[in-house]
Order: sequence, then C-alpha cells, then structure tokens
Amino acid sequence: MPFAQNLANAVVLASTYILMAAGLTMVYGVLKILHIAHASVYTIGAFAGLLTFSWLGNFWLALALAMLVSGIVGVLIYRLTYHYMLDAPRTVPLIASIGIFTMLTDLLQKGFLMGPYQHALPAGGAGLPRIETPWFSLTPKQVLILAITVVLLAIVYVILTRTRIGLGWQAAAMDREMAGAVGVNLSRVIALNFFLGSALAGAAGVLVGVYNNSVFATMGNLPSYKAFIIIVLGGMGSLPGVIIASLLLATVENFLVASVGYVLPRDAIAFLVLILMLMFRPHGLMGQE
Amino acid sequence: MIGGYVISVAVFVGIWVSLALSLNILTGYAGQVSLGHAAFFGIGAYTSAVLAVRYDVPFLVDFLAAIVITGLVGMILGLPSLRVRHDFLVLATMGINFLVVAVFKYVGFFGGAMGLVDIPAPSLFGVTFRGGLPYLALVWTYAFVSWLVSWYLSKTWVGLGFHTIRIDEEAAAAVGVGVPRFKIYAFAVSAALAGGAGSLYGHFIGSVFPDTFSFVESIGVLSMVIFGGVGTLRGPILGAILLKAAPEMLRFVQDYRVTIYGALLVLMMLFQPMGIIGDQSFLWRQARRLFRRSDAEGNRP
Repeated sequence: MPFAQNLANAVVLASTYILMAAGLTMVYGVLKILHIAHASVYTIGAFAGLLTFSWLGNFWLALALAMLVSGIVGVLIYRLTYHYMLDAPRTVPLIASIGIFTMLTDLLQKGFLMGPYQHALPAGGAGLPRIETPWFSLTPKQVLILAITVVLLAIVYVILTRTRIGLGWQAAAMDREMAGAVGVNLSRVIALNFFLGSALAGAAGVLVGVYNNSVFATMGNLPSYKAFIIIVLGGMGSLPGVIIASLLLATVENFLVASVGYVLPRDAIAFLVLILMLMFRPHGLMGQE
Repeated sequence: MIGGYVISVAVFVGIWVSLALSLNILTGYAGQVSLGHAAFFGIGAYTSAVLAVRYDVPFLVDFLAAIVITGLVGMILGLPSLRVRHDFLVLATMGINFLVVAVFKYVGFFGGAMGLVDIPAPSLFGVTFRGGLPYLALVWTYAFVSWLVSWYLSKTWVGLGFHTIRIDEEAAAAVGVGVPRFKIYAFAVSAALAGGAGSLYGHFIGSVFPDTFSFVESIGVLSMVIFGGVGTLRGPILGAILLKAAPEMLRFVQDYRVTIYGALLVLMMLFQPMGIIGDQSFLWRQARRLFRRSDAEGNRP
C-alpha cells in the first residue's frame, strides 16, 4: 500500500507543478526570458479564486475567474514591460522580471490586499467522489486536482497543435524572427502564450489553495523556484519535458521525505538538486548540447 | 550634536555602500548577475559572530577571518558560473542564497532560527568601538577601502579581463583571456568585500539572524547597484545611499520599501537601463555636457 499510495500522492503533487511550470517553459520557449514574475501570477490567481469563492461560494466560477484574471495579468506584464525589452541584453528583462516579482509580492502582503495572513479556501473537493482502489485511495481534493490538470493540459495540447495560432506558437518557439518573417502574427502569438501560461498558473494557485485550504501572499515563491528546477530538468522550453520532470521531482521528493530522515528541509534539497543540475547537466536530463 | 539615530542610519548606509560596491565588482565589472549576494554578506556576519561568541576571538582576527573565509567560499560558490550564464546563473545564485540561509537556520552550530546573540563590540588597539561616531568612522573607512579596491581593479589588467568577459565571453576566450580564472577571481573579491561588510554589520547590531540574509536582501543590494549605475564607481555609492537612507527618513517609504525597490528595478530597466548616473544615462550625459562646455569656454584664448 505505502508504495502505490506514495506514487499516487506524487502524481497529484506533480500535477500542480506541471500547471505552474508549463507557463514558464512556454514563455522561455518563445521569448528566452526567465519569467520570475510567474510566481506573482500564481498568487494573484489564487487570490482572485479566493475572493470569488468567498462572494459566490461556487468553486467552478472561482476557478474560471481566477484563470481569466491571471491570464490578463500575464498579458499585461508582457505588454507593459517585456515587450519593450525583446532586443535588449538578456539581463534587462531578467532584472525587470525580478522587479515585478518583488513589487507584486510585497504589494500583496499589504493590509488592503491579502495582508500577512493565511486565508482559508474551504472549497473541499467541489463535490467530486473519493476514489478507492485496493492499492491506493484518492481524496476528493486529489481527484479534483488530477481531473482539472488532465482537462487543462488536453485543452492546451489541442490549442497548440490543432489551431492556426498554436502552430504559429510552435514556429515562434523554433525561431522567433523567422516565424515573424514568414507571416506569423508574433504579437498575437506571444499574447496567447502569456495568456495560456498565466491562466494555467492561476489554476495551479487555486488548486493548491484549495488543497491546503490556505492562500497567502508568498505562496507562489516556493512553487515557482521548483518550477525553475523543473524547466531546467525538462530541458527549457519543452512541454513534454516539463511533464516528465514534474513527475520525477514530485516522486523523488515524496519518497525522500517518506523514507529517509533529512538534515536539511526538503526545499533546501530541491535547491541543491537545482545547483547540481545546472553545474553538471545544464541542458536538462534529456537535453542535448 | 548628531543624534544616535542619525549615526545608526549613517552606519547602515556605510555598510550597504560597501555591499553595493562589492556586488558591482561581480555584476558591473565582470557581468555576472547574482541574486545571492546576501549569502556572502551573511557568511561574513556569521563567521565573525561564531568566532567572537563561541571562541572569544578578538575583533581584528574575526574581521579578517570573515573576509578571508567569505572570499574562499565565494570561490567555491562561483563555480556554477563556469557552467551557466545569464538567467541560469541567476537561478543558481538564488539557489545558493536559499541553501546558505537554510544552513544557518537548521544547523545548531549557527544558532538556528534564534540566531547568534551577544556579539561583543569590536575593539582595536585597546579602543572599543561601542557604536557612535567611532564606529561610524570604522564603517566608512571600510567603505572607502571597498571603493579603493574597486578603483584599483578598474585600473589594472584584471579590470580589463573582467571587462572583456562582460562584453563577450567567447571573443575574450578566443583572444586568450582566461575566462574561468577571471570569473572565480571576481566572485572571490566580491564575496570577500561583502564578508567584511557582514562582519561590521554583525558587530554593530550585536546579533545575527538567518532571515536578515535572505533573498529579499539580495534583491535590495542588486537594486542599489542597478539604480545608481551598474559598472561605474559612483553609481553603486549613490544607489546605496539613496535606497538605504530614504526609507529611514520617510515613514511611508519604509512601509513600501520593498515595493519601491521592485518598481525601481522595472522602471530603470524600461527607461534607464544604465542607472541614474551610469555612463549612458540622461543625467550623466547632461552633466558631462555642462562641464565640457565650461571647459571649452575656460580654455578659449
């Protein structure tokens, strides 16, 4: 039982990582910008979900609105800042991104927004059933996370592979200038990119908020650092890579914490993994030079 | 006379001027953007604190030890820069910052989350610097030394080496510049200076806590360097003075200190990526033009 149960828990944890890291890797794929402010988008999504849920009491509405709000915030971040820095040295958008992240995180901690407290988000499992198998069981909340992740990933997959603008995205990810030269509408593609990626992060924020029944201003920090580890592991800019790397990281984390005692907290271990990865396999586990 | 409060602010400003200058060597001269500078600051502060509190080491020894040990740790923590660049180096340094803070927090030897307290006031040659003007003089002497080191580096072939790897690493390597050597050198010097600043900070406050040296402080120091003008000798000093002193003066600014740091970074990147008095910045160009004109007039026969 414990092995299968651990694995099931790891898959649920990985789902939230995937939703978070997908947007980061999409942004990196097209713009080659390390979008650190993605963490703020995630938190803003969770906050929007919290507000909607406490007004209307409906989880699905809260999720939809959270995705819309965080999608718009993502597009705004791009239009107001990165858009003007595409030809600048790479440190320029990077530092701007750090600035946006710092500013938004600090603002969210102010009393008139979230304050320095944890807020409960008691949406439960949104009415979904509990799943029992002989090997493992999933709580309604876990079922919720898995189901929403699968549906959202399917939608993103269809958009990116079956629509005109999605194909444009793929072209831009291969070579942005060339794609622009052959008539891909780059500004629409990049806006879509930010909207989709940020909406996924907003969904992740709401789901994690529901799962832990807690939403707070700095909740995005740790997941976003882990998302960086994931996109490095998955080989920068690759969506399948993100899925594999998320599963891997979540499994390793879960089994490490479940089986061995640790000297450092598990998040410190994650950073150690990141540094070692960057030093020895900077192109990802499956990446090539 | 000058109040104790003003002196405290001036001491902090002096410490942060040294910090900003030290980060400027790494980021401004050698072009390695680091989001882990608070880690070096912390390593210096903790080295001093551990030596002074646990082993009763005199000030001069623990101060120099902080500089040397942080410099050595900087060489080791600079290793990732040999493999990764730009954004990935930023990730690596960010990770290092978290790791170092986690070690301070969870290893009992460093006092854990409660930190180390009762760090003695420093004494040099029989004189005890118990806060006040003497300490202010000590801190600003150190800031001046940091400036001297920066100035010296900018004038030597080492500075030239840093310059080449900042502009174009491949080209530098192609003409025979030892890129790895210069990177590690930059990390070592930068870390050593930050370590000394950390030691002075610990001795002034009298205690050190892990969270002082977190990622947010790294962002703060980077903001100062970039706001003032990255890669110049004057920029980081002005940046540190403005960004460290202003929050102390204005109550509103204190509450929104971190928000303002963030907004400044974004605005500077949008409008003045070279900093307010950097080489290509609006203010500096105007000032140069002003002086050139008066020069020209003065020289007229």
